[in-house]
Amino acid sequence: MVRVLLFASYADALGAPEVRVDVPDGARVRDVLAQVQSMAAGKRVPDNPMVAVNQRYAESDRVLAASDEVAIIPPVAGG
Amino acid sequence: MRTAIVDRPLDPCALLDEVASSRNGASVLFVGTVRDVNDGAEVSGLDYSAYQGMAERELGAIALEATRRWGTQQVVVEHRIGALTLGEASVVIAVAHPHRGEAYDASRYIIEELKKRLPIWKREHYVDGRAEWVANASS
Repeated sequence: MVRVLLFASYADALGAPEVRVDVPDGARVRDVLAQVQSMAAGKRVPDNPMVAVNQRYAESDRVLAASDEVAIIPPVAGG
Repeated sequence: MRTAIVDRPLDPCALLDEVASSRNGASVLFVGTVRDVNDGAEVSGLDYSAYQGMAERELGAIALEATRRWGTQQVVVEHRIGALTLGEASVVIAVAHPHRGEAYDASRYIIEELKKRLPIWKREHYVDGRAEWVANASS
């Protein structure tokens, strides 16, 4: 199980600030995204969103460990 | 150098005092404030939320890049989160350098990078009662 943090419009769409997804060992960021997008209302998450792994921006082919904290980052609005 | 994500009102003058010294001929203070109209809609206030740990890390990384590129340690940045009303400061950037060109460039770099990279989100509330998540214009 990988923990996936959601924020702002994505958290609203999925109705929760985080979800847990079941992916096999060696899964990549894109596999986790596909799982989230298959959830009810998960289609609100676009195909290639910004993603962070352990609080750093990461590419979609990044291989994940079970202890990783994955975050799907909506379009940012700081400043 | 110091950076922080805070949930209290910002004090721009305090940040300016923090970087200013007689060694530096230029201090640049940037203050970003809540605007009353966005995209034609009248704004009544807004809420900023953050991925707190990552926002702190990323803001620190941006400021560090500026200190290295322009060769000054005198950089202080604070970004506020929570509920803000019109005219309140959401971000303050203070940079001091011996010369003005570098001080302006470092300040500009920090605001442009944080608008692209800082994991902070803004929900605008409008006078007509609507509320929406809004994003920064992409670069």
